[in-house]
Amino acid sequence: MRETAVRNVPDLPASDWMRPLPPATRVAFQGGPAARAAAAQAFPLPDAQAVCRARRDGDRAGLWLGPDECLLIAPATTAAGALLGALRSAIGATAHSLVDVSHRQVGIEVRGPHAERLLNGACPLDLSLDRFPVDMCTRTVFAKAEIVLWRTDEQQFRVEVWRSFAPYTAALLQEIARDYVG
Amino acid sequence: MSRWRTAAGGRVDRAHPLAFRFDGTRYEGLAGDTLASALLANGVHLVGRSFKYHRPRGIVTAGAEEPSALVTVRRDAARVTPDLRATQVELYEGLEAQSLNRWPSLARDVGRINDWLSPLFPAGFYYKTFMWPKSAWKSLYEPVIRHAAGLGVAPSEPDPDRYAQCYAHCDVLVVGAGPAGLAAALAAADQGARVMICDEQNEFGGSLLADRHATIDGTDAATWVGRAVAELAAHPRVVCLPRTTAFGYFPHNLIGLAERLTDHLAAPAPHAARERLWQVRARSVVIAAGSVERPLVFPGNDRPGVMLAGAARTYLNRYGVRVGDRVVLVTATDAGYEAAIDLRDAGVEVAGIADLRPTANGEWPAAARAAGIEVSESATVLGTSGNLRVAGITIAQTTASGAGGARRSLACDAVLMSGGYTPSVHLFSQSRGKLRWSDAHQAFLPERSAERERSAGACRGVYDLAEAIADGLQAGADAAPSRTASARRIAATSARSTDGGHLGAVPLASEASQKSFVDWQHDVTIKDLAIATREGFRSIEHVKRFTTTGMATDQGKTSNLNALAIVARAIDAPIPRVGLTTFRMPYTPTSFGTFAGPSRGDLFDPIRRTPIHEWAAAAGAVFEDVGMWKRARYFPEHGEDMHAAVARECRAVRSACGLFDASTLGKIEIVGPGAAEFLERLYVNSWANLGVGRCRYGILCREDGFITDDGVIARLAADRFHVTTTTGGAPRVLAMMEDYRQTEWPDLEVWLTSTTEQWAVIAVQGPKARDVLRECVEGIDLESAALPHMSVAAARICGVEGLVMRVSFTGELGYELNVPADYGLGVWKAVHAAGAGHGITCYGTETMHVLRAEKGYIIVGQDTDGTVTPDDAGLSWAVGRKKPDFVGRRSLQRQSMQAPDRKQLVGLRPRDGRTLLDEGAQVAEQPNQRPPMRLVGHVTSSYQSAVLGAPIALAMIAGGRARLGQTLVVPMPGGDVAVEVVSPVFYDPKGERINA
Repeated sequence: MRETAVRNVPDLPASDWMRPLPPATRVAFQGGPAARAAAAQAFPLPDAQAVCRARRDGDRAGLWLGPDECLLIAPATTAAGALLGALRSAIGATAHSLVDVSHRQVGIEVRGPHAERLLNGACPLDLSLDRFPVDMCTRTVFAKAEIVLWRTDEQQFRVEVWRSFAPYTAALLQEIARDYVG
Repeated sequence: MSRWRTAAGGRVDRAHPLAFRFDGTRYEGLAGDTLASALLANGVHLVGRSFKYHRPRGIVTAGAEEPSALVTVRRDAARVTPDLRATQVELYEGLEAQSLNRWPSLARDVGRINDWLSPLFPAGFYYKTFMWPKSAWKSLYEPVIRHAAGLGVAPSEPDPDRYAQCYAHCDVLVVGAGPAGLAAALAAADQGARVMICDEQNEFGGSLLADRHATIDGTDAATWVGRAVAELAAHPRVVCLPRTTAFGYFPHNLIGLAERLTDHLAAPAPHAARERLWQVRARSVVIAAGSVERPLVFPGNDRPGVMLAGAARTYLNRYGVRVGDRVVLVTATDAGYEAAIDLRDAGVEVAGIADLRPTANGEWPAAARAAGIEVSESATVLGTSGNLRVAGITIAQTTASGAGGARRSLACDAVLMSGGYTPSVHLFSQSRGKLRWSDAHQAFLPERSAERERSAGACRGVYDLAEAIADGLQAGADAAPSRTASARRIAATSARSTDGGHLGAVPLASEASQKSFVDWQHDVTIKDLAIATREGFRSIEHVKRFTTTGMATDQGKTSNLNALAIVARAIDAPIPRVGLTTFRMPYTPTSFGTFAGPSRGDLFDPIRRTPIHEWAAAAGAVFEDVGMWKRARYFPEHGEDMHAAVARECRAVRSACGLFDASTLGKIEIVGPGAAEFLERLYVNSWANLGVGRCRYGILCREDGFITDDGVIARLAADRFHVTTTTGGAPRVLAMMEDYRQTEWPDLEVWLTSTTEQWAVIAVQGPKARDVLRECVEGIDLESAALPHMSVAAARICGVEGLVMRVSFTGELGYELNVPADYGLGVWKAVHAAGAGHGITCYGTETMHVLRAEKGYIIVGQDTDGTVTPDDAGLSWAVGRKKPDFVGRRSLQRQSMQAPDRKQLVGLRPRDGRTLLDEGAQVAEQPNQRPPMRLVGHVTSSYQSAVLGAPIALAMIAGGRARLGQTLVVPMPGGDVAVEVVSPVFYDPKGERINA
């Protein structure tokens, strides 16, 4: 039998204002209020009414993407299978959908005093702190890439982007940055 | 210092002279000059030749509305910008500019013959001439006209500059930083609003930059502007954008701003962006765009040296330039007098003032008379003289009968004209706001807004300085989201009077022999407008298209109202009934680079690569674009061409084993108790009876019954399906599914998740596939009894949890290994290594296409074209007959959708056994038909089949399945090719290999 295959993540540039985040375990959760409430027993999830907000507990976070949809992000040390199992037991028979999307996308962190401007180079949302506060998150676009954008600190954002769009997203960020960070 | 430059004053920096070249001649200007002001300071008025008649042309205005002084500015071979308004080009050291539309030189231009031949070129001449002989249009007339038409030459080299783009948001966007705009921005900022203010000029201030007489807040205009700008710049919630044109007003208060970053610099930093597109979403917009002075339409009004009075005042007060030594003012307003007196105060002789009005006795005319300037009332202009520069003007008094009274010729080297002001309603009109005609203003003014915006100041007819500032303050405060501070007050007094005005041609102009120009840039005269009305055109929209008035790059900023008035008078209708043409973006020409931004080269579109891409590239794969994806097309070895590589790859799959990267396949996980029912309603197939662990080929139709996508669907659990789609169709199918889920069937408890990029998919196909997988897959039995064709199982694949699907798009025993994407490359390498002893061969999409065509498997989008039903494609076996409904079912029940002569998928084999048909070629029943030939279908796929040793093709043929065995012909460039209609399954028709 062949030995276990090694893991390869997309090769993305890093600098003092942008870095690719390490692999993570991600689960796409969808379901009604009852399923969400039950799932919240096993994982930090924002209330259904907490529109576009992330709920954090240590290094785990649940991101509100829709009234019946959340993106769950945990460190890669939590195996997807284990997380799915815990969620399934918590939810039980209530109708829901849980799908492992750990490898579907990658995280890119954008930080520093120019973070808003760099993202606004291709993202049309109002990212000023009072309109897009810390822990606000949403599905949006970065030029021609669909992303999930999550403000993790006043001057720090996490971009979640499908893996094949990640090199484009990073390269476009670098192009935009030429006018701000040299 | 040239004698036209004043000794002091203005906003130019006399300590910083700048050298520049115009048409090769070296001149000197000052920092703060525009190209226009610098040329005038050197006594240069002749700056171009006109579009149609090649008449010598000068500088008419001092701003964005300039219709005449267009130049090319050249930095290097690639940085050549034609058709720039010299009035907007900021001077820098070493600037090189060229005039347009002249040969061999500006002063001696052979095209000038057009002026003398002008009776041959009236408005609309091109609709009536060049009609015979018809064949000459393509070969002679059109090329000649195309060569003669147009201004300037586009650069032929790629643009080396960078262009930036950004999005921004604000509470209040103020467009225009004149008195009203500055006041609005200050007032909005006072109320705590997030403010952006932009102005197309290099510095804020607008009309105040050229105003000597105004007093604001107890100080002169320039000092007040300095204070206001400093206050705004220091405000943390205000963004100031000079050199920024608000060029477009888009729905929901999205405003396009073009910021020019480096065009004014002698030596821009090497990689600095040249321009930046701002897409501003403003909660509220204050339009403070000001107004444009109107030229007067009189005979000979286009001679270099004839310019707007306000422009002459701007050149004097802002740039310290006298536009001549001896000027004559032709005016219908008091404002014109202000310019004349400012010039006289600066030492320019004012040879006379011709006022069109019967009486001129305001404060300014009185001042002019007091200064000893002769003022003629009820005056008109009969013509001007001078070759390349105006040298004289003939004025006359009009009498009650209209005939010219006493006439007088005045020598002069500049003529100032002032016909009143036209509010700049471009942006307001772009926002779909409704305009109304104001008799009091003799202008169109904003009436009803369509967006959350308001106009302030001169752009809505509030001309008086104090009133305009008050209007701006009110607009700014009203536009702010909340009122927290008390209202600011700004006291202002202005000497300006905007009394008077004139629309249309001056009296007696139509009787003059000289041309009276309405539209300088498109060379439209009053005679052209008269022809248009004689031809029966009544609406300005038609007159415009017949004469091209207002259709030049200046969009008629100086000409539209005069044209309207002339047409209105000619057809004896009120101006509002003649109408007003639509203002369209951009307000002034905007470079393509600004719109493109960084979206060029590799950043034009995302380039999507699979996890296995780098390995394939290293193996020498040739890639093709499939949507945004790069897919390996074939893997040439030892200098093979595509044909040889594909033949080798095909043979390897049929005889041993092939390895294929199928990661780009669209994948959607459909989960929930309603999942099976959801698929049942969506796809044509039955799903309720699909067992867990089994797969089925699914066909998705649109409501019209035509195939839109296909793919294998695996049932992973009772409530979980793994759906695959075509590579290009993935986003469309997911969007369609979400649409139905959310809007049509909210009763179903089902959810969709795209997993396209979660999984890398590695296809292992061929008789040795199982032997290879035995070395790679743990935890399942790979034998057909346990894992038959069209089944799926979870397994450990090279140590990684994944899915093994036994499916085949080749007709051979085949598997598709799904592993989490990060492991895709590792698993690929491991499988490749495991297959080494089994003759494993990498193959690409081209081979995949051939192999599937040999089996008659369609590719949606190649063999289908949006008009193919499942039955047309020979797939009626897949349609669930007993289902009550599915998307497209009702359409498929229509009689015409079941007609026997519909085009049906069949195979074609050339009778000669060697001619490869062209894809897309038409198919006919009989050769040698006279046109129009009767065609019965077309070739959709055509390949050389390695395993059959002959070319094969798939085709859509009318009633094709009833024609098996018939001979048809395919007309090809080399002659008709006889083909036999055969079953589309060319290879292994019984399907024994797939179940091996």
